[in-house]
Amino acid sequence: MATLAPAASTHAPHRGMSMRARRLFWVWGFLALPIVFYSVIRFYPTFQSFWLSLTDWNLMNPAKFIGVANYQKLWADPEFWKVFKNTFAYLIFGMPISLLLSFVIAYYLDRVRFLHGFIRALYFLPYLTTAAAMAWVWRWFYQPPPIGFINEVLTTVGLPQQPFLRSTSQALPSIMVTAIWAGLGFQIIIFMAGLRAIPTTYYEAARIDGLGEWAILRRITLPLLKPTTVFLVVFSSIGFLRIFDQVYNMTSNDPGGPLGSTKPLVLMIYQTAFSSYAMGYAAAQTVVLFIILLCISLLQLWLLREKT
Amino acid sequence: MRKATLFAGLVAGVSMFAFSAAQAVEIQYWQYVFDTRVKAMDELIANFQKANPDITVKQVTFPYADYQTRVVAAKLSGQGPDVLQLYYGWLDKFASGGVLQPLPKDAFPHEMIEKEFFPIVSAMKRGEDYYGLPTAVRSLALFYNKKAFTDAGLDPANPPKTLDEMVAAAEKTTKRDASGNLEQEGITLDMAGQDQHWWREVLVRQFGGEPYTDNDRKVAYNSDGGKKALKFYTDLQLEKNVGQAGFMDEGQAAFKAGKAAMTIDGTFRLGAFRTIKDFEWAVAELPAGPDGKQSNFASYFANGIGAAATGEKLEAAKKFLAYVTSPEAMEIWMKTVGELPARQSAALTDANLADPINGPFLKGLTYAHTTLFVDEAAQRQTAIDMVNRVFLQGQSVDDSIAEAASAEQAILDAAPK
Repeated sequence: MATLAPAASTHAPHRGMSMRARRLFWVWGFLALPIVFYSVIRFYPTFQSFWLSLTDWNLMNPAKFIGVANYQKLWADPEFWKVFKNTFAYLIFGMPISLLLSFVIAYYLDRVRFLHGFIRALYFLPYLTTAAAMAWVWRWFYQPPPIGFINEVLTTVGLPQQPFLRSTSQALPSIMVTAIWAGLGFQIIIFMAGLRAIPTTYYEAARIDGLGEWAILRRITLPLLKPTTVFLVVFSSIGFLRIFDQVYNMTSNDPGGPLGSTKPLVLMIYQTAFSSYAMGYAAAQTVVLFIILLCISLLQLWLLREKT
Repeated sequence: MRKATLFAGLVAGVSMFAFSAAQAVEIQYWQYVFDTRVKAMDELIANFQKANPDITVKQVTFPYADYQTRVVAAKLSGQGPDVLQLYYGWLDKFASGGVLQPLPKDAFPHEMIEKEFFPIVSAMKRGEDYYGLPTAVRSLALFYNKKAFTDAGLDPANPPKTLDEMVAAAEKTTKRDASGNLEQEGITLDMAGQDQHWWREVLVRQFGGEPYTDNDRKVAYNSDGGKKALKFYTDLQLEKNVGQAGFMDEGQAAFKAGKAAMTIDGTFRLGAFRTIKDFEWAVAELPAGPDGKQSNFASYFANGIGAAATGEKLEAAKKFLAYVTSPEAMEIWMKTVGELPARQSAALTDANLADPINGPFLKGLTYAHTTLFVDEAAQRQTAIDMVNRVFLQGQSVDDSIAEAASAEQAILDAAPK
C-alpha cells in the first residue's frame, strides 16, 4: 500500500497542469532528445578538444597539461603556414568561381524550357556521387600519358602536356576544379529556387517602365537574391575550408600533393591525429579551424542582420 | 528455507560455470583484416585447438586503418587482446603505452630467440626484454618483366647483379614514342612505395654511408655516401631517363600493367603480381653496390602478449604464441600468405633457397637491415619530399638531403625516448 503514495504524488502536478504548461512540457520533452544528443555527441567533444589542445596526449599516455605549447609549436611550424595558405587558396579562388559559375548557369537554365529537368539533373549528378569515387576518376584523368585522358586530349590538339597533380603549382588548381564541379549542382538548385522566389510582378513592372535586361539583373534580381547568395557564400566557404575527400583521394600516395602543395588544414589534422597520433597537437589545429569557421559564421549572421 | 535452497542452487550453478570456464580458457587474438592472413590464422587456430582442447582462441580483426586506434581504445577501456599482431615499428608506442607485456623468459628464452630467429628480431627488444616474435618476415627484391628483357635483347635468365648492370638493363628496356613520351619504364621510381627503404637501408649503405646512428635516433645520411646514393637515385630519372616518378600513378601499377621492365618491391606484392596474365616475371636479389656490397630492408609483423593477460589466460597466450611462432606455423603461413619464415632453420632450407621466387628474398634476409621508425608515415614523407625537391623544384642533391636530414631529425627528436 505504501508504494502507491509516491506514484500518486508524481501524478498530481501533471493533472493540475494548465494547457500551456502541458504544451511546454511536451515541447521540451521532444526537444530534450536532440539537445541531449547534441550535448553528448557535439558539444562535449568540442569542449573536450579545447582541453586536449592544451595537453600532450598521444592516445597511449595519460594527457599531461602543457599550457599553450601546442599553439606555439603550430605558430612556428612552416608546414602549418603552408597548409593555412593552401586552405585559403581553396577558399579565395574556389568560392567566388563556383558561385559565379553556378549563378550564371542557374540564371540561364531558368530560362531554358527545352530539356530543363534533364539538364538540371546532369548538373546535380556530381553532387550525388561519392566524393572518393569521383576523386579517383579525376586522378586517372590527370595522369601523364599513356593513361591520362586530359593529356591525351592535349596531345591530340597539339598542346604541350601538363604534369597536373605531379606539379607543385598545378596540383592545387587541378583539385580545386574537381571540388567546384562537384558542388556546382547543389548551388545551381539553390540559386534557381531563389530566382523562382522573386515575384514576377517586379519584372513585369520593370519591363513596362522600359528597363533593360542588365538593369533588371542589377537592380532587381541581384538585390532580391541576396539572402540566397549570403547563404551560399557561407555554405560554400565552409565547404572549401573543410575540403578533404578530394585531396586525400587524389594524392593518396603522397598525401597532400608534391611537397605539401595541395594539403588543406583538415588533412593535416587527420595526419597529425591518426597517423602520428599526436592528439594534443591535432586538437590545437582543430581549435584553429574551429575559430576560422566560427568567424565566418558570425560574419554571415552579421550580413543577414544588416539586411532585415 | 526456500531461500537457502535457492542460494545453494545458485552457488552450485555458479561453481559449475566456473568449473567449465576453467576447463576451456578463451583467449582473443587480434590482427588486421587481410584475406590470406585471416585464413592462415584460422588454420593455425584450428590446429592449435586440436592439440590444446582446453583452450579456445577467438580471432578478432579490424580494418588496417583502424587497427592501431582499436588496440589503443581497448587498452584505455582495460579490455585488450591476449595475443595481438603489431608492426615492428609500432613497438615503442605499444610498449610505452602499456599495451604489451614483455615475453615471459621461461617460455621464450633469449638464447633460443637469438639463435633461432633472423637477427632483425632485435627490433622487438627494449631494454632486457623482447616484446614480440614474428611468424613471418618480408624483404625486398628486384622484380623484372621477362618479356621486356627478351624484347630488348637481354637474357631473362640472367638478371642484373649490380647497380651498373641494372642501369644498363633499364636503359635498354626503356621505350619512348616518337614525341618522347615514356611508353615503358626501365625501372619504376616510386618513393612512396618501397623505394624509400631501398634508398635508406640499401643505396645509402652501398655508396658508403649509414642511414642512421644511435639506434636510428640520429640521422646520418647527410654524408658523402648519402649524397651519392640520392644522386644515383634521382639520376635514374634526370640523367639516364629510365624512369619517371608518377608514371602510371604508382610503380607497382606500372609493373603490373607491363609498362615497367623492373621494379623493387617486397614479398607482400607477390599475391598481386601472381594475377598477372600478360607476361612472365621473375625475381632477383637486389643489385649489389659499386664495391659489391649487398643490403636489403626487412620488416615484419610480430605477435606479442597483451598486458591484460594474466593467470590462466597468460598461460594460454604463451602456449598460443609459442605455436604461431613455431616452424610448423611458419610453413603454413608461407604457403597461405607468401611471407617468409622468421626462423632461420625453417627459412633457409635447400628447397626454399632453390625456389626461384622465395630464394632471392631469403638470401636478402641474411644481410637485411630494419629501420626503427618512430613515425613511419612522417619519416616516409621526408624521403618523398627529398626526391620531389630535386625532381620538381630543381634543388641540388646536397641541399635537398640536408633539408631532409634536418626535417627527419626533428621528427626523431620529438618522439618520446
